[in-house]
Amino acid sequence: MYAYDQYDQQMVDARVAEFRDQARRRLEGKLTEDQFKPLRLMNGLYLQLHAYMLRVAIPYGTLNSRQMTMLGDIADRYDRGYGHFTTRQNIQYNWIKLEDAADILADLATVEMHATQTSGNCIRNISSDHFAGAAHDEVVDPRPYAELLRQWSSFHPEFSYLPRKFKICVIASEKDRAAMRLHDIGIRIIERDGELGAQFFVGGGMGRTPMIAPMVRDFVALDQLVTYAEACLRVYNRYGRRDNKYKARIKILVHELGAEEYTRQVEEEFAHLLEQGVEPPFAELERIRTFFTDPPFEDDAKSVERSDPDFAVWVDRNTHRHKHDAYVSAVISLKPVGGIPGDATGEQMRLMARLAKQYSFDEIRVMHTQNVVLPHVRIADLPALWAELHEAGLGAPNMDTIEDIIACPGLDYCSLANARSIPLAQRISERFDKSGKTGKLGELKLKISGCINACGHHHAGHIGILGVDKKGKENYQLSLGGSEAEDVSLAKITGPGFDEDGVIEAVEKVTDLYLAQRTEGERFIDTYRRLGMEPFKEALYG
Amino acid sequence: MVEAGDFGTSPDDVQFRFRDDEPVDHGTVTVDSALEQTNANAVRIEPGDDARLLLPFLDRLALVEINFPAFTDGRGYSAARILREAGYAGELRAVGDVLIDQLSHMRRCGFDSFAPDKRLDEEDAKRAFATWEKVYQHAADTALTGRATIAQRRHGEGA
Repeated sequence: MYAYDQYDQQMVDARVAEFRDQARRRLEGKLTEDQFKPLRLMNGLYLQLHAYMLRVAIPYGTLNSRQMTMLGDIADRYDRGYGHFTTRQNIQYNWIKLEDAADILADLATVEMHATQTSGNCIRNISSDHFAGAAHDEVVDPRPYAELLRQWSSFHPEFSYLPRKFKICVIASEKDRAAMRLHDIGIRIIERDGELGAQFFVGGGMGRTPMIAPMVRDFVALDQLVTYAEACLRVYNRYGRRDNKYKARIKILVHELGAEEYTRQVEEEFAHLLEQGVEPPFAELERIRTFFTDPPFEDDAKSVERSDPDFAVWVDRNTHRHKHDAYVSAVISLKPVGGIPGDATGEQMRLMARLAKQYSFDEIRVMHTQNVVLPHVRIADLPALWAELHEAGLGAPNMDTIEDIIACPGLDYCSLANARSIPLAQRISERFDKSGKTGKLGELKLKISGCINACGHHHAGHIGILGVDKKGKENYQLSLGGSEAEDVSLAKITGPGFDEDGVIEAVEKVTDLYLAQRTEGERFIDTYRRLGMEPFKEALYG
Repeated sequence: MVEAGDFGTSPDDVQFRFRDDEPVDHGTVTVDSALEQTNANAVRIEPGDDARLLLPFLDRLALVEINFPAFTDGRGYSAARILREAGYAGELRAVGDVLIDQLSHMRRCGFDSFAPDKRLDEEDAKRAFATWEKVYQHAADTALTGRATIAQRRHGEGA
């Protein structure tokens, strides 16, 4: 994986010094809270309901064990002994003191990490496929391109005060495991006539106005990648709406101009920027690529003794096919039944770090579904790995099942939320675990947001739940038919909302209908697409 | 019609200036006026203005002010780079809600004078201008001064 050189280290160190100075000036009264706010946000520091929250960047979701150990230590040293992995492959700490923030950033810098641009109206952490570098179906490892863009977007002098936040995702396979088309810019690296290039999708997003990004360019040469991104951003920075916060994302600009007109403007800017020498030397991309070569895989057993049924079901659900046939990628579920989706204790983080070192060439990935991956595990090592995970309460066999719920922090933490998300997720996973239906339901993506900002991706859930405020009471709207994958679609609301008990009943009803109506091999989403909304409505409200 | 000298900042308002030439001694006109007045040599760009409208007249301009009514509105950074990319060599002045923590980015985008609404602490400003010893991206500073980006340094281009 990527390692900092003196320059990268110098940049994060400079950032820590800058932030320390900003915090000092804030405390001396030289900066007002309004002036300080965008600065602390660009260093990942939010003010939540009860305390400051610090969001630490995990670029393209890749970590080594030293870094994961530090994340665990920070949880113990500065927080209440846990952290929360997010849908953008980051981690956030919910109980931070302002006066500790600069010290935490300094600790992070010692392991080549930072909280740069994890918030604010700037280019955020670049996300990617959590199986990058391991998946059997990728054209190429997408992470070098994400790293190139990380450097380009960090402290960008022109794009630090954009109309609104800006999220970029890079993948390199037909399968989309990163919700690529629901980003402000989604990039897919493809191969065409033996040449690698980048497809650009611009203007996707969730939030209150969910949109699927249209393609604006089907092939950008790799030695023009940064220049094309710069053109996309410049058009947005100049013409994105600034009169209304809720219409300021690039999706609104692309929608209002039309994809064709936006593309025309980008192409014009691109032609101009090509003359300006914006692109880093191609040798830089080649240098970055050398950090992402395969670890020394060795041939070994391609199967494993599966007589323990608990182990067998974990292997079936939580491992993913690897490009080397003696290995798999193993998913560590952070969704124990009745637990808080995405939370891990400091101790669990250090354990995952040790397991990564022992079983996965020192590599760890964070998934947008708020789980953790050991990307390169020898099939022969699976029983030993599983035994340790199981022992530590990290062995839940529920990847992509109804228990693998994405949930935002909701009203338990967030000042924007209208309703709680976490208790709902806990109750749903308990209920389906108890009824034993989880396995029968197969792949079923359930996502919960505690407000219209959609941090819990409810628009992209096979089943989505949105918490709203109805006359001072928490109310939950149910939606069906969303997907963040290559079959991307936006969920539709079923009808009137429910109270907390009611929405859990409603989830049970729609899943029962699916079990009764499905044909061989159909997932929930397939049955929904075949039958349409009507029978589900009938089951809910009829 | 707005005449030259009607508004804008005066040289007295400029707190930091990184040029040796004599500053323009009168005020600025709006972009619209500049397009009509063939003798205007000082113009003020507001966030909603298209800086590219000025490109045919760059030779006659000695001062361009870019106004930041609110520091959170970043359109002025693009306007500045666009002018520098087109070869504008005159004074590029950031005016309005110009604060310490935006100085380094503004400088990188080609601003070479600063007239903040509220005078800034000299020491804090000095530190802010020096925030980034090295830089990742190409911008107006790398284009104009030959300052090498980190990527260029890594591959032996520039110094």
